[in-house]
Amino acid sequence: MAGKIAGAVVIAAALIGAGTTAAHAAGAYKEPRDVAWGWEGPFGTFDRAALQRGFQVYTQVCAACHGLKYVKYRNLGDDGGPGFSAAEVKAIAAQYQVTDGPNEDGDMFERPALPKDAFIEPFENEQIARLANNGAYPPDLSLMTKARDGGADYLYSLLVGYEDAPADLTMQPGMNYNPYFSGKQIAMAQPLYADSVEYADGTQASVDQMAKDVVTFLHWAAEPKLEARKRTGFSVMTFLVILAGLLYFTQRKIWSDQH
Amino acid sequence: MAHESTYQPSNGFARWMDARLPIMRLAHDSVVDFPTPKNLNYWYTFGGILTFCLAVQIITGVILAMHYVANVDLAFASVEKIMRDVNYGWLLRYVHANGASMFFLAVYLHIFRGLYYGSYKAPREVLWILGVVIYLLMMATAFLGYLLPWGQMSLWGANVITSLFGAIPLIGEALQTWIVGGFAIDNATLNRFYSLHYLFPFMIAGVVLLHIWALHVPGNNNPTGVEVQDKQDTVPFHPYYTMKDAFALTVFAILFAYFVFFDPNVLGHAVNYVEANPLVTPEHIVPEWYLLPFYAILRAITFDIGPISAKLGGVIAMFGSIAILFFLPWLDTSKVKSARYRPLYKQFFWIFVVVCLILGWLGAQPAEGGYVVAAQILTAYYFAHFLIILPVLGLVETPSAVPVSISDAVLSGAPAADAGPASGAGAPAGATAAPDRNA
Repeated sequence: MAGKIAGAVVIAAALIGAGTTAAHAAGAYKEPRDVAWGWEGPFGTFDRAALQRGFQVYTQVCAACHGLKYVKYRNLGDDGGPGFSAAEVKAIAAQYQVTDGPNEDGDMFERPALPKDAFIEPFENEQIARLANNGAYPPDLSLMTKARDGGADYLYSLLVGYEDAPADLTMQPGMNYNPYFSGKQIAMAQPLYADSVEYADGTQASVDQMAKDVVTFLHWAAEPKLEARKRTGFSVMTFLVILAGLLYFTQRKIWSDQH
Repeated sequence: MAHESTYQPSNGFARWMDARLPIMRLAHDSVVDFPTPKNLNYWYTFGGILTFCLAVQIITGVILAMHYVANVDLAFASVEKIMRDVNYGWLLRYVHANGASMFFLAVYLHIFRGLYYGSYKAPREVLWILGVVIYLLMMATAFLGYLLPWGQMSLWGANVITSLFGAIPLIGEALQTWIVGGFAIDNATLNRFYSLHYLFPFMIAGVVLLHIWALHVPGNNNPTGVEVQDKQDTVPFHPYYTMKDAFALTVFAILFAYFVFFDPNVLGHAVNYVEANPLVTPEHIVPEWYLLPFYAILRAITFDIGPISAKLGGVIAMFGSIAILFFLPWLDTSKVKSARYRPLYKQFFWIFVVVCLILGWLGAQPAEGGYVVAAQILTAYYFAHFLIILPVLGLVETPSAVPVSISDAVLSGAPAADAGPASGAGAPAGATAAPDRNA
């Protein structure tokens, strides 16, 4: 009986494992590279320096086209995030202009962003975004590491994976070759080149480094509560394991008169 | 089973209350003093675990509902607000989403326990039927709730399932428009799904009460399938099973906590983190894992049968695969309840388990080529299990010796794991001759 159950569980686990990496029949693509991210695992945390560098890459390279609408400037100062001070957060926000109003005269007006404002959008609406990008719409990046199969590994592979198209492939007009993208032709041109950004902390800005930093930043943007979640999880698990032990011995004692 | 109440009010207030609303008496009789077979194993803890799951879903759901906005322009953003700005919103959301998966994991283990030990057989047919009703309500609740985050999979999964109603002859189109609230899934659909998603769990709670009442009339079944004959066979529910259930619940909670805190998105679909877009179809449209076997059955019917279109055939097969469960107590003709003493049935039971698991896997695959053929074969087997194998087995199978009583089975050291026929305790009782005063 136990063997049968074990067998069924093994089959179930294998099937679920196979099922969740379900067959991608349409748009063949290369499997993403596997990266050992610092936040993975039960005790994972975000590297503050990487988050700050990634923020720099985002603002200087990606923000021209991609929004981050679910993140607010004040989140940059939150626990478990890039760890900017309150003054730094105010200064960062103040670099950007947001539309506010109407004021007493009934007019809309521009003012510097405050920490409470969301990251400004690069385009006013989807139509303008498409016009500026050959008809393609650069998606918002707030949830990108959770919104794609392969997550952070996929994003990283995409960013470093641009190559020349193979000779036998006809590229559609305006498209770029990237073997990691479904269908292998992506509207976004290669965004990262060596030294695209000059890091404030002096780190060498190789494509690999920038890709890792910006993906780390984007994963924080998608999961800002990751560190709190894992910390709480450790406490909860410890509590439950101890409780399970106590209850096990309790019920053994109670049942001892039946054996 | 219905037994004499032994409740003694311990003070003046308790006596006063007992004469007016005997709720303490009811509680005492149901969960303290209730005589329960003394040989229940851990497969019997899932009923209690399910009650916990229902409570968790209702509590987290009600609090989430304080922050969620059911409007197509605001829904997705309101969920992100919960995840980022609401205190412990991330915890509430992940508990609720993973709680649904845990709820279904527990219900499947609970159902298969019933299938193995014959818990659906007389006199527990109504208990079983109420259980199937709860299962249907659970599936409806999960389906309604999945639309609420308004992600790509939410929208397109709901599209697939609501379009099935259009396959019903004559009234289909009108019915689908009425359910959806328009010609396509939009704000009207989201609002009504929210309303119903809030309602259904309380209907489930009501049916659960009936389910427990229906259980308490004959009392629990047990791994031998032999009914309780005297007090020797039972122990009071408290503390024996309250503490056993508490331990099992804690182990279950450890698994639950693993998902919530360390891998909260592994059971979901990445594409649901993209806001719903009626103009962009996702590459694959699949329901959550717990609905996959039925999705496989739905897509297996790819051919017309006379006037019945393939689409309608799929709908009939899918609902039929659940409806057939209502008839199980009468389809299984065996007088012996427990698979422990039914060597042939035991093998068909495990084959059925594997069939269900493979159907689940097939539900996640694209509906092409070999996958469709496999789904067709396994769908046919699924129905054959209920309509052919079970009725025939009861008539032709020679069961092993069934114990005379629960006490006998326990004292003679009946295997804790069901490894094979019982070690012949007492008179070898045949299929129809088991001494069972409660039959």
